[in-house]
Amino acid sequence: MVEILLDATVRAGTPILFATLGAIINERAGIINLGIEGLMLIGALAGFAATSLSGSLLIGVIAAFVAALLAGSVHGFITVQLRGNQIVSGLALTMFGIGITALFGRSMVGLTIAGFERLTIPGLSMIPVIGKPFFNQDALIYLSFVLVFAIAFFFYRTRWGLALRTVGENPAAADTCGVPVNLYRFLAVSIGSGIVGIGGAYLSLASTPMWIENMSAGRGWIAVALVIFASWSSYRALAGAYLFGGITAMQLRFQAMGTTISAHILQMLPYIFTILVLVISTVRLAKGASQQPESLGQPYDREDRK
Amino acid sequence: MKKLILLVIAMLLLALGCSKQEENSKTQPVAADKDSSTQIKAGFIYVGPVGDAGWTYAHDQGRIEMEKLPFVEPSTYIESVPEGAESARVITGLVQKGANLVFTTSFGYMDATLDVARRFKDVTFMHCSGFKSAENVGNYFGRMYEPRYLSGIVAGKMTKKNVIGYVAAFPIPEVIRGINAFTLGVQSVNPEAEVKVVWTQTWFDPGVERDAADSLLDVGADVLAMHQDAPATMQAAEARGAYVIGYNSDMRKFAPNAFLTAPVWNWGALYTKVAQQVADGSWESSAIWWGMKEGLVELAPMNPKVPAEVKALVAQKAAEIKKGTLHPFAGPIKNQQGETVVAAGSIPADGDLLGMNYFVSGVQGTISN
Repeated sequence: MVEILLDATVRAGTPILFATLGAIINERAGIINLGIEGLMLIGALAGFAATSLSGSLLIGVIAAFVAALLAGSVHGFITVQLRGNQIVSGLALTMFGIGITALFGRSMVGLTIAGFERLTIPGLSMIPVIGKPFFNQDALIYLSFVLVFAIAFFFYRTRWGLALRTVGENPAAADTCGVPVNLYRFLAVSIGSGIVGIGGAYLSLASTPMWIENMSAGRGWIAVALVIFASWSSYRALAGAYLFGGITAMQLRFQAMGTTISAHILQMLPYIFTILVLVISTVRLAKGASQQPESLGQPYDREDRK
Repeated sequence: MKKLILLVIAMLLLALGCSKQEENSKTQPVAADKDSSTQIKAGFIYVGPVGDAGWTYAHDQGRIEMEKLPFVEPSTYIESVPEGAESARVITGLVQKGANLVFTTSFGYMDATLDVARRFKDVTFMHCSGFKSAENVGNYFGRMYEPRYLSGIVAGKMTKKNVIGYVAAFPIPEVIRGINAFTLGVQSVNPEAEVKVVWTQTWFDPGVERDAADSLLDVGADVLAMHQDAPATMQAAEARGAYVIGYNSDMRKFAPNAFLTAPVWNWGALYTKVAQQVADGSWESSAIWWGMKEGLVELAPMNPKVPAEVKALVAQKAAEIKKGTLHPFAGPIKNQQGETVVAAGSIPADGDLLGMNYFVSGVQGTISN
């Protein structure tokens, strides 16, 4: 039972995890991205369309990454080069994503593809309890594990990561040290958006291999909230995404097992949890433990003297 | 500069896409006025995208069929309209654009439809799945419980473990009625079988629907049924080698091996009729609740894996339903607690069916009012 529950948790949490990781990269560079929901849809459609046309899942994932990267680079261009309002641009990106995927996805509705299959990792999958849920999954889930560690390594163990964090904390200081602030920000927004796109592709290539309009169904917004919960750390993003996926998986399974607890109470669990998370992170914020990048949401202009 | 060009290209593409869509709606042939009948210009309000492969898709198929009538002009539809007061603005917009027959196809548009109808007396409004009407507002729905009962017979015959899972959206009478009719169908051929219900509390979220279906398979279900708008339950059954009963429209391509059959909507039958009535002036406000007899609901063709004797049984029961000799909710019917809710020999009134708020015995799950 625990194994089944963990397995469902990982599968439900993975699309949110990709989206949260992408959003963290955006925000670490100081750019708020509310276009996550739209980017997920763009990734989901691009991934599905490319796989459906080429027959290759790898091409699908690459297409999802590239399409979301290009869409995200528009947000990057507006917020970094033009120093436009990040909230407005992000919301516009979400609306754009919903609209354009609905339009170009018409011909994809009802098509079927062979989605990602489970790949058992020999040895590791034999570990009791956690072996199966974590090491008998599909390739995209393994990619998400790698990304969690790679992003943490990049932020804290590389010069570029340090530079990127500085750009998000104090772009003027980074600029003084010769860090090309705008380039860093633009790349972070674009690549982060591309990773969000893979989260969308997880939905259309692995979770439910099909294209349906608006199939992300609000997961992008959950990711936006999880960035704060994760306090901009990729490890805590993993914990947050799985907690959210786990609670959804758990309440469905409680019902299937025929518990006498009211379905309504079970359904409330994710939201009770969300409120708890907000309370905890606010309390931590009050204690000065905030990890929020100092200049998050503020456009940087070298000429602008404060 | 490059990005600017990209942006311009994107805008052009967008403009191109939009104009293409308009063209589509204009390509419908506009035939000459027939006799004395008025030209029908219909407008539709949809709760979801026409690409949902389910509820809204089925309505849109009905709209397309209606447009084949010679006196029906190309119709307008608006997708993903939020339910509630906001929808009044959208409905008004349709009327101002010249629609003289408006279909509002979700429960939550009920009050907005009546509000707008009060201001446009010469326009005919049809609201789907509600219970209010007015001089120029009719309401309509289908007796989906009839094909659901038949699909229950198929499920009851095909289950080997006697555990059937049901992925359900919200605990409202429409869904509860479907679960009950399905269960009665199951039990009419297999009294041992049990129907387990999981609520997703969403009409449309493929991820959650898939997870709910998996959770039912995890507890041993070998046949699934569903009341959802996306075909995710189908895929779950296909992936795990179980059987599945679809809903809304024929979704067999999502699960070629697992798909048994599906209770489906055929809105074209109703929309064509209403358009005719409005055109020749015979339309009167009424509460339409059509069943299999009128062709509004039906059972999709069955998987070849279903044995011939089961197919014959279902065909026989379908004929009895159409003739009116078989009613799925004919008593005696007991609820989950074992109390008799419909006495032997009696058939519940339509009002009781429309307000159904209990599970029949054989259902495992809670409604929790």
